[in-house]
Amino acid sequence: MNTIRHHISQPLLAAYASGALPHPFALVVAAHVSMCDDCRARLEAEQAAGGVVLEALECADLSGGLKASVLTLLDDDPAPARAEPRAIGPYPAPVIEALGGQPPRWRALGLGTRQRIIHASDAGTVRLLHIPAGQAVPDHGHNGLEMTLVLQGSFSDDCGTFGVGDVEIADQDLEHTPVAGKGMPCICLAATDAPLKFNSLLPRMLQPILRI
Amino acid sequence: MLELSDTIERAPDGADTSAGVVAGMALKRRTLSVDKTTDQTTPTRQTEWMLAVRDRRDKQAFAQLFDFYAPRIKAMALRTGMSGAEAEDIVQEVLLTAWRKAAQFDPARAQVSSWIYQIARNRQVDLVRKERRPVPEALTLPEEDEGDAGQMLALTQEADKLRQALSALAPDQREMVEKAYLGELSHTEIQAQTGLPLGTIKSRIRLGLERLRHELKELR
Repeated sequence: MNTIRHHISQPLLAAYASGALPHPFALVVAAHVSMCDDCRARLEAEQAAGGVVLEALECADLSGGLKASVLTLLDDDPAPARAEPRAIGPYPAPVIEALGGQPPRWRALGLGTRQRIIHASDAGTVRLLHIPAGQAVPDHGHNGLEMTLVLQGSFSDDCGTFGVGDVEIADQDLEHTPVAGKGMPCICLAATDAPLKFNSLLPRMLQPILRI
Repeated sequence: MLELSDTIERAPDGADTSAGVVAGMALKRRTLSVDKTTDQTTPTRQTEWMLAVRDRRDKQAFAQLFDFYAPRIKAMALRTGMSGAEAEDIVQEVLLTAWRKAAQFDPARAQVSSWIYQIARNRQVDLVRKERRPVPEALTLPEEDEGDAGQMLALTQEADKLRQALSALAPDQREMVEKAYLGELSHTEIQAQTGLPLGTIKSRIRLGLERLRHELKELR
Protein backbone atom coordinates (compact mmCIF):
# COMPACT_ATOMS: atom_id res chain seq x y z
CA MET A 1 0.00 0.00 0.00
CA ASN A 2 1.39 3.38 -0.90
CA THR A 3 1.69 6.11 1.68
CA ILE A 4 -1.15 8.58 1.86
CA ARG A 5 0.13 12.07 2.62
CA HIS A 6 -2.89 14.32 2.16
CA HIS A 7 -5.71 13.64 4.60
CA ILE A 8 -9.17 14.88 5.62
CA SER A 9 -9.03 17.82 8.05
CA GLN A 10 -10.40 17.44 11.57
CA PRO A 11 -13.36 19.84 11.11
CA LEU A 12 -14.43 17.91 8.01
CA LEU A 13 -14.21 14.60 9.88
CA ALA A 14 -16.24 16.00 12.79
CA ALA A 15 -18.83 17.36 10.36
CA TYR A 16 -18.98 13.97 8.61
CA ALA A 17 -19.43 12.15 11.95
CA SER A 18 -22.27 14.49 12.94
CA GLY A 19 -24.00 14.14 9.58
CA ALA A 20 -23.67 17.86 8.82
CA LEU A 21 -21.39 17.43 5.81
CA PRO A 22 -23.27 17.81 2.49
CA HIS A 23 -23.73 14.57 0.59
CA PRO A 24 -21.06 15.09 -2.14
CA PHE A 25 -18.32 15.68 0.46
CA ALA A 26 -19.61 12.90 2.70
CA LEU A 27 -19.02 10.47 -0.19
CA VAL A 28 -15.42 11.68 -0.59
CA VAL A 29 -14.80 11.34 3.16
CA ALA A 30 -16.30 7.83 3.25
CA ALA A 31 -14.19 6.84 0.22
CA HIS A 32 -10.98 8.27 1.70
CA VAL A 33 -11.59 6.62 5.09
CA SER A 34 -12.08 3.31 3.27
CA MET A 35 -8.52 3.71 1.94
CA CYS A 36 -6.80 5.39 4.90
CA ASP A 37 -6.31 3.79 8.33
CA ASP A 38 -5.13 7.04 9.89
CA CYS A 39 -8.33 8.83 9.01
CA ARG A 40 -10.40 5.80 10.04
CA ALA A 41 -8.81 6.07 13.49
CA ARG A 42 -9.40 9.82 13.57
CA LEU A 43 -13.03 9.33 12.52
CA GLU A 44 -13.56 6.70 15.22
CA ALA A 45 -12.15 9.18 17.73
CA GLU A 46 -14.69 11.77 16.54
CA GLN A 47 -17.44 9.18 16.90
CA ALA A 48 -16.23 8.41 20.43
CA ALA A 49 -16.60 12.12 21.20
CA GLY A 50 -20.10 12.02 19.69
CA GLY A 51 -20.96 9.07 21.93
CA VAL A 52 -19.85 10.98 24.99
CA VAL A 53 -21.97 13.97 23.97
CA LEU A 54 -24.98 11.66 23.52
CA GLU A 55 -24.44 10.13 26.98
CA ALA A 56 -24.25 13.54 28.59
CA LEU A 57 -27.48 14.89 27.06
CA GLU A 58 -30.25 15.78 29.45
CA CYS A 59 -32.82 12.98 29.21
CA ALA A 60 -36.19 13.59 27.56
CA ASP A 61 -39.34 12.04 29.04
CA LEU A 62 -40.68 9.06 27.14
CA SER A 63 -44.34 8.29 26.64
CA GLY A 64 -45.59 5.42 28.77
CA GLY A 65 -46.05 2.71 26.18
CA LEU A 66 -42.86 3.19 24.17
CA LYS A 67 -40.66 0.69 25.97
CA ALA A 68 -43.26 -2.08 25.93
CA SER A 69 -43.98 -1.56 22.25
CA VAL A 70 -40.28 -1.64 21.30
CA LEU A 71 -39.74 -4.78 23.38
CA THR A 72 -42.57 -6.59 21.59
CA LEU A 73 -40.84 -5.88 18.28
CA LEU A 74 -37.68 -7.81 19.21
CA ASP A 75 -37.33 -10.85 17.02
CA ASP A 76 -35.27 -13.80 18.16
CA ASP A 77 -33.31 -14.39 14.99
CA PRO A 78 -30.57 -11.99 14.04
CA ALA A 79 -31.12 -10.27 10.71
CA PRO A 80 -29.48 -12.07 7.82
CA ALA A 81 -26.25 -10.22 7.16
CA ARG A 82 -26.66 -7.83 4.25
CA ALA A 83 -23.89 -8.21 1.72
CA GLU A 84 -21.54 -5.34 2.51
CA PRO A 85 -20.42 -3.44 -0.57
CA ARG A 86 -16.78 -4.04 -1.46
CA ALA A 87 -14.24 -2.15 -3.53
CA ILE A 88 -14.03 -3.03 -7.22
CA GLY A 89 -10.73 -2.17 -8.91
CA PRO A 90 -9.74 1.37 -7.94
CA TYR A 91 -13.25 2.25 -6.73
CA PRO A 92 -13.74 2.08 -2.93
CA ALA A 93 -16.88 0.45 -1.54
CA PRO A 94 -18.90 3.66 -0.92
CA VAL A 95 -18.29 4.73 -4.54
CA ILE A 96 -19.36 1.32 -5.84
CA GLU A 97 -22.47 1.54 -3.67
CA ALA A 98 -23.24 5.03 -5.02
CA LEU A 99 -22.82 3.66 -8.56
CA GLY A 100 -25.37 0.92 -7.87
CA GLY A 101 -22.82 -1.88 -7.50
CA GLN A 102 -21.10 -1.45 -10.88
CA PRO A 103 -17.92 0.28 -12.09
CA PRO A 104 -18.75 3.60 -13.79
CA ARG A 105 -20.08 4.13 -17.31
CA TRP A 106 -18.18 7.14 -18.59
CA ARG A 107 -19.19 10.12 -20.69
CA ALA A 108 -16.65 11.82 -22.92
CA LEU A 109 -15.82 15.42 -22.01
CA GLY A 110 -13.48 16.03 -24.94
CA LEU A 111 -9.68 15.79 -25.21
CA GLY A 112 -9.81 12.27 -23.82
CA THR A 113 -11.20 13.35 -20.48
CA ARG A 114 -14.22 11.43 -19.25
CA GLN A 115 -16.59 11.91 -16.38
CA ARG A 116 -19.41 10.23 -14.56
CA ILE A 117 -21.64 12.40 -12.39
CA ILE A 118 -22.66 10.44 -9.31
CA HIS A 119 -24.83 13.06 -7.65
CA ALA A 120 -25.85 16.61 -8.45
CA SER A 121 -28.20 18.67 -6.28
CA ASP A 122 -28.40 21.91 -4.34
CA ALA A 123 -25.95 20.32 -1.91
CA GLY A 124 -23.33 20.22 -4.68
CA THR A 125 -21.97 17.75 -7.18
CA VAL A 126 -19.77 14.70 -6.89
CA ARG A 127 -18.31 13.09 -9.98
CA LEU A 128 -15.66 10.67 -11.17
CA LEU A 129 -13.10 12.13 -13.57
CA HIS A 130 -10.86 10.11 -15.88
CA ILE A 131 -7.95 12.22 -17.19
CA PRO A 132 -5.42 10.85 -19.71
CA ALA A 133 -1.84 10.57 -18.44
CA GLY A 134 0.04 13.85 -18.65
CA GLN A 135 -3.02 15.91 -19.54
CA ALA A 136 -4.14 19.07 -17.76
CA VAL A 137 -7.59 19.71 -16.36
CA PRO A 138 -8.60 23.23 -17.52
CA ASP A 139 -7.27 25.99 -15.26
CA HIS A 140 -10.01 26.74 -12.77
CA GLY A 141 -10.82 28.39 -9.49
CA HIS A 142 -13.68 27.61 -7.12
CA ASN A 143 -16.70 29.41 -5.83
CA GLY A 144 -16.79 27.17 -2.78
CA LEU A 145 -15.20 24.05 -1.38
CA GLU A 146 -13.73 21.37 -3.65
CA MET A 147 -12.46 17.98 -2.48
CA THR A 148 -10.60 15.73 -4.91
CA LEU A 149 -9.61 12.17 -4.01
CA VAL A 150 -7.21 10.26 -6.26
CA LEU A 151 -8.33 6.69 -6.97
CA GLN A 152 -5.79 5.78 -9.65
CA GLY A 153 -2.62 7.40 -11.01
CA SER A 154 -1.78 10.86 -9.71
CA PHE A 155 -2.06 14.56 -10.41
CA SER A 156 0.08 17.56 -9.58
CA ASP A 157 -0.68 21.24 -9.16
CA ASP A 158 0.81 24.23 -7.33
CA CYS A 159 -0.02 22.53 -4.02
CA GLY A 160 1.97 19.39 -4.70
CA THR A 161 1.59 15.89 -6.05
CA PHE A 162 -1.41 13.78 -5.12
CA GLY A 163 -1.27 10.00 -5.43
CA VAL A 164 -3.73 7.19 -4.76
CA GLY A 165 -5.65 7.88 -1.55
CA ASP A 166 -4.53 11.51 -1.29
CA VAL A 167 -7.24 14.13 -1.04
CA GLU A 168 -6.84 17.76 -2.05
CA ILE A 169 -9.07 20.23 -0.27
CA ALA A 170 -9.37 23.50 -2.19
CA ASP A 171 -11.41 26.61 -1.50
CA GLN A 172 -12.13 29.81 -3.37
CA ASP A 173 -8.62 31.12 -2.71
CA LEU A 174 -7.02 28.45 -4.85
CA GLU A 175 -6.76 28.67 -8.60
CA HIS A 176 -5.06 25.61 -9.95
CA THR A 177 -4.29 23.63 -13.05
CA PRO A 178 -4.06 20.00 -12.05
CA VAL A 179 -2.01 17.89 -14.47
CA ALA A 180 -2.39 14.11 -14.50
CA GLY A 181 0.81 12.19 -13.83
CA LYS A 182 2.54 10.18 -16.54
CA GLY A 183 2.20 6.45 -16.92
CA MET A 184 -1.49 5.86 -16.44
CA PRO A 185 -4.72 7.82 -16.59
CA CYS A 186 -5.69 9.62 -13.39
CA ILE A 187 -9.08 8.68 -11.96
CA CYS A 188 -10.38 10.89 -9.21
CA LEU A 189 -13.51 11.48 -7.19
CA ALA A 190 -14.26 15.21 -7.06
CA ALA A 191 -16.90 16.97 -4.97
CA THR A 192 -17.84 20.63 -5.27
CA ASP A 193 -20.51 22.70 -3.55
CA ALA A 194 -20.60 25.24 -6.37
CA PRO A 195 -19.81 25.18 -10.08
CA LEU A 196 -16.13 25.48 -10.99
CA LYS A 197 -14.94 28.82 -12.43
CA PHE A 198 -12.96 28.28 -15.61
CA ASN A 199 -10.53 30.95 -16.71
CA SER A 200 -10.88 30.55 -20.45
CA LEU A 201 -13.88 31.14 -22.63
CA LEU A 202 -14.46 27.72 -24.17
CA PRO A 203 -14.82 25.71 -20.96
CA ARG A 204 -17.04 28.53 -19.62
CA MET A 205 -19.37 28.13 -22.57
CA LEU A 206 -19.43 24.37 -22.20
CA GLN A 207 -20.01 24.51 -18.47
CA PRO A 208 -23.82 24.54 -18.54
CA ILE A 209 -23.78 21.62 -20.95
CA LEU A 210 -21.20 19.53 -19.18
CA ARG A 211 -22.26 20.48 -15.67
CA ILE A 212 -18.69 20.92 -14.50
CA MET B 1 -19.03 1.86 38.90
CA LEU B 2 -17.71 4.95 40.60
CA GLU B 3 -18.43 8.16 38.72
CA LEU B 4 -14.92 9.40 38.33
CA SER B 5 -15.99 12.79 37.08
CA ASP B 6 -17.52 13.52 40.47
CA THR B 7 -14.33 12.76 42.28
CA ILE B 8 -12.24 15.03 40.10
CA GLU B 9 -11.65 18.60 41.06
CA ARG B 10 -13.30 20.88 38.56
CA ALA B 11 -11.12 23.38 36.80
CA PRO B 12 -10.94 26.51 38.97
CA ASP B 13 -13.38 29.26 38.08
CA GLY B 14 -12.14 31.65 35.48
CA ALA B 15 -9.60 29.19 34.17
CA ASP B 16 -9.89 28.50 30.50
CA THR B 17 -10.25 25.01 29.19
CA SER B 18 -7.14 25.02 27.10
CA ALA B 19 -5.10 21.92 26.54
CA GLY B 20 -3.04 22.86 29.58
CA VAL B 21 -5.99 22.50 31.92
CA VAL B 22 -6.99 19.29 30.25
CA ALA B 23 -3.45 17.99 30.58
CA GLY B 24 -3.62 18.90 34.26
CA MET B 25 -6.83 16.95 34.54
CA ALA B 26 -5.20 14.02 32.85
CA LEU B 27 -2.43 14.13 35.42
CA LYS B 28 -4.90 14.06 38.29
CA ARG B 29 -6.65 11.27 36.49
CA ARG B 30 -3.47 9.26 36.38
CA THR B 31 -2.96 9.64 40.13
CA LEU B 32 -6.54 8.56 40.64
CA SER B 33 -6.25 5.50 38.48
CA VAL B 34 -3.52 4.20 40.78
CA ASP B 35 -5.96 4.12 43.69
CA LYS B 36 -8.90 2.91 41.66
CA THR B 37 -7.28 0.12 39.72
CA THR B 38 -10.29 -2.10 40.26
CA ASP B 39 -12.52 0.37 38.47
CA GLN B 40 -10.23 0.26 35.46
CA THR B 41 -10.60 -3.46 34.88
CA THR B 42 -14.36 -3.64 34.41
CA PRO B 43 -16.15 -2.84 31.18
CA THR B 44 -18.96 -0.33 31.44
CA ARG B 45 -22.48 -1.49 32.24
CA GLN B 46 -23.50 -0.50 28.74
CA THR B 47 -20.82 -2.74 27.25
CA GLU B 48 -21.96 -5.68 29.37
CA TRP B 49 -25.58 -5.17 28.30
CA MET B 50 -24.64 -4.85 24.66
CA LEU B 51 -22.49 -8.00 24.73
CA ALA B 52 -25.38 -9.90 26.36
CA VAL B 53 -27.62 -8.74 23.52
CA ARG B 54 -25.02 -9.63 20.89
CA ASP B 55 -24.01 -13.02 22.24
CA ARG B 56 -27.19 -14.24 23.95
CA ARG B 57 -30.00 -12.16 22.43
CA ASP B 58 -30.74 -11.16 26.02
CA LYS B 59 -33.96 -9.11 26.14
CA GLN B 60 -33.46 -8.07 29.77
CA ALA B 61 -30.14 -6.54 28.82
CA PHE B 62 -31.80 -4.85 25.86
CA ALA B 63 -34.37 -3.35 28.25
CA GLN B 64 -31.48 -1.90 30.27
CA LEU B 65 -29.97 -0.41 27.12
CA PHE B 66 -33.39 1.01 26.28
CA ASP B 67 -33.67 2.68 29.69
CA PHE B 68 -30.27 4.29 29.30
CA TYR B 69 -30.31 5.33 25.64
CA ALA B 70 -33.96 5.95 24.73
CA PRO B 71 -34.33 9.22 26.71
CA ARG B 72 -31.01 10.48 25.30
CA ILE B 73 -31.77 9.56 21.69
CA LYS B 74 -35.13 11.26 22.06
CA ALA B 75 -33.45 14.40 23.46
CA MET B 76 -31.06 14.38 20.48
CA ALA B 77 -33.92 14.03 17.99
CA LEU B 78 -36.03 16.73 19.66
CA ARG B 79 -33.22 19.23 19.10
CA THR B 80 -33.92 19.13 15.36
CA GLY B 81 -37.38 20.57 16.06
CA MET B 82 -39.36 17.41 15.36
CA SER B 83 -42.42 16.45 17.38
CA GLY B 84 -42.29 14.11 20.36
CA ALA B 85 -43.99 11.36 18.34
CA GLU B 86 -41.48 11.68 15.49
CA ALA B 87 -38.59 11.67 17.95
CA GLU B 88 -39.93 8.45 19.51
CA ASP B 89 -40.08 6.87 16.04
CA ILE B 90 -36.37 7.61 15.78
CA VAL B 91 -35.76 6.12 19.23
CA GLN B 92 -37.55 2.95 18.16
CA GLU B 93 -35.73 2.64 14.84
CA VAL B 94 -32.29 3.28 16.32
CA LEU B 95 -32.69 0.79 19.17
CA LEU B 96 -34.21 -1.88 16.93
CA THR B 97 -31.26 -1.40 14.55
CA ALA B 98 -28.92 -1.91 17.51
CA TRP B 99 -30.77 -5.15 18.31
CA ARG B 100 -30.68 -6.43 14.74
CA LYS B 101 -27.11 -5.42 13.97
CA ALA B 102 -25.73 -6.39 17.37
CA ALA B 103 -23.35 -8.86 15.70
CA GLN B 104 -21.46 -5.87 14.28
CA PHE B 105 -20.75 -4.44 17.72
CA ASP B 106 -17.08 -4.80 18.62
CA PRO B 107 -16.15 -3.44 22.07
CA ALA B 108 -12.49 -3.29 21.09
CA ARG B 109 -13.31 -0.78 18.35
CA ALA B 110 -16.10 1.37 19.78
CA GLN B 111 -17.88 2.18 23.00
CA VAL B 112 -21.60 1.36 22.98
CA SER B 113 -22.40 5.08 23.09
CA SER B 114 -20.19 5.74 20.08
CA TRP B 115 -21.84 2.89 18.17
CA ILE B 116 -25.37 4.03 19.06
CA TYR B 117 -24.38 7.60 18.15
CA GLN B 118 -23.38 6.43 14.65
CA ILE B 119 -26.64 4.56 14.14
CA ALA B 120 -28.63 7.57 15.35
CA ARG B 121 -26.74 10.06 13.15
CA ASN B 122 -27.13 7.78 10.11
CA ARG B 123 -30.85 7.57 10.78
CA GLN B 124 -31.25 11.33 11.09
CA VAL B 125 -29.28 11.98 7.92
CA ASP B 126 -31.26 9.36 5.98
CA LEU B 127 -34.48 11.07 7.09
CA VAL B 128 -33.67 14.32 5.32
CA ARG B 129 -31.93 12.96 2.22
CA LYS B 130 -32.97 10.77 -0.63
CA GLU B 131 -29.64 8.98 -0.86
CA ARG B 132 -28.37 6.72 1.84
CA ARG B 133 -25.55 8.28 3.81
CA PRO B 134 -22.20 7.13 2.39
CA VAL B 135 -20.29 5.02 4.91
CA PRO B 136 -16.73 3.69 4.76
CA GLU B 137 -16.09 0.10 3.73
CA ALA B 138 -16.40 -2.20 6.74
CA LEU B 139 -13.12 -3.70 7.91
CA THR B 140 -12.98 -7.46 7.84
CA LEU B 141 -12.41 -8.19 11.48
CA PRO B 142 -10.48 -11.22 12.67
CA GLU B 143 -11.97 -13.35 15.42
CA GLU B 144 -11.62 -11.82 18.86
CA ASP B 145 -8.39 -12.53 20.67
CA GLU B 146 -6.99 -11.90 24.15
CA GLY B 147 -5.66 -8.52 23.10
CA ASP B 148 -9.21 -7.25 22.68
CA ALA B 149 -9.88 -7.05 26.42
CA GLY B 150 -6.99 -4.64 26.80
CA GLN B 151 -8.14 -2.56 23.85
CA MET B 152 -11.67 -2.44 25.21
CA LEU B 153 -10.40 -1.09 28.53
CA ALA B 154 -8.14 1.42 26.83
CA LEU B 155 -11.16 2.64 24.91
CA THR B 156 -13.19 2.88 28.14
CA GLN B 157 -10.48 4.97 29.76
CA GLU B 158 -10.25 7.21 26.72
CA ALA B 159 -14.00 7.78 26.86
CA ASP B 160 -13.75 8.56 30.59
CA LYS B 161 -11.23 11.27 29.78
CA LEU B 162 -13.45 12.69 27.07
CA ARG B 163 -16.36 12.70 29.50
CA GLN B 164 -14.32 14.63 32.06
CA ALA B 165 -13.16 17.11 29.47
CA LEU B 166 -16.78 17.69 28.45
CA SER B 167 -18.05 18.10 32.00
CA ALA B 168 -15.29 20.58 32.79
CA LEU B 169 -16.41 22.96 30.03
CA ALA B 170 -18.27 26.18 30.75
CA PRO B 171 -21.96 25.88 29.77
CA ASP B 172 -21.67 27.96 26.58
CA GLN B 173 -18.62 26.01 25.46
CA ARG B 174 -20.34 22.74 26.19
CA GLU B 175 -23.32 23.89 24.15
CA MET B 176 -21.00 24.55 21.22
CA VAL B 177 -19.51 21.05 21.43
CA GLU B 178 -22.99 19.53 21.60
CA LYS B 179 -24.05 21.49 18.54
CA ALA B 180 -20.99 20.34 16.60
CA TYR B 181 -21.53 16.65 17.31
CA LEU B 182 -25.31 16.75 16.95
CA GLY B 183 -25.11 18.06 13.40
CA GLU B 184 -26.18 21.62 14.23
CA LEU B 185 -23.02 23.28 12.93
CA SER B 186 -21.81 23.23 9.33
CA HIS B 187 -18.25 22.21 8.57
CA THR B 188 -17.31 25.86 8.07
CA GLU B 189 -18.80 26.72 11.46
CA ILE B 190 -16.87 23.86 13.04
CA GLN B 191 -13.75 25.10 11.27
CA ALA B 192 -14.32 28.57 12.68
CA GLN B 193 -14.33 27.11 16.20
CA THR B 194 -10.57 27.21 16.43
CA GLY B 195 -11.12 28.57 19.91
CA LEU B 196 -11.32 26.65 23.10
CA PRO B 197 -14.32 24.35 23.30
CA LEU B 198 -13.52 22.05 20.42
CA GLY B 199 -9.81 22.45 21.06
CA THR B 200 -10.29 20.80 24.43
CA ILE B 201 -12.11 17.87 22.94
CA LYS B 202 -9.62 17.67 20.12
CA SER B 203 -6.68 17.41 22.49
CA ARG B 204 -8.39 14.44 24.10
CA ILE B 205 -9.06 12.89 20.73
CA ARG B 206 -5.43 13.25 19.75
CA LEU B 207 -4.39 11.26 22.79
CA GLY B 208 -6.56 8.39 21.67
CA LEU B 209 -5.30 8.46 18.12
CA GLU B 210 -2.03 6.64 18.48
CA ARG B 211 -3.77 3.71 20.10
CA LEU B 212 -6.54 3.51 17.53
CA ARG B 213 -4.06 3.82 14.71
CA HIS B 214 -1.96 1.03 16.15
CA GLU B 215 -5.03 -1.16 16.53
CA LEU B 216 -6.11 -0.64 12.95
CA LYS B 217 -2.64 -1.43 11.65
CA GLU B 218 -2.79 -4.74 13.51
CA LEU B 219 -5.95 -5.66 11.63
CA ARG B 220 -4.19 -5.51 8.29
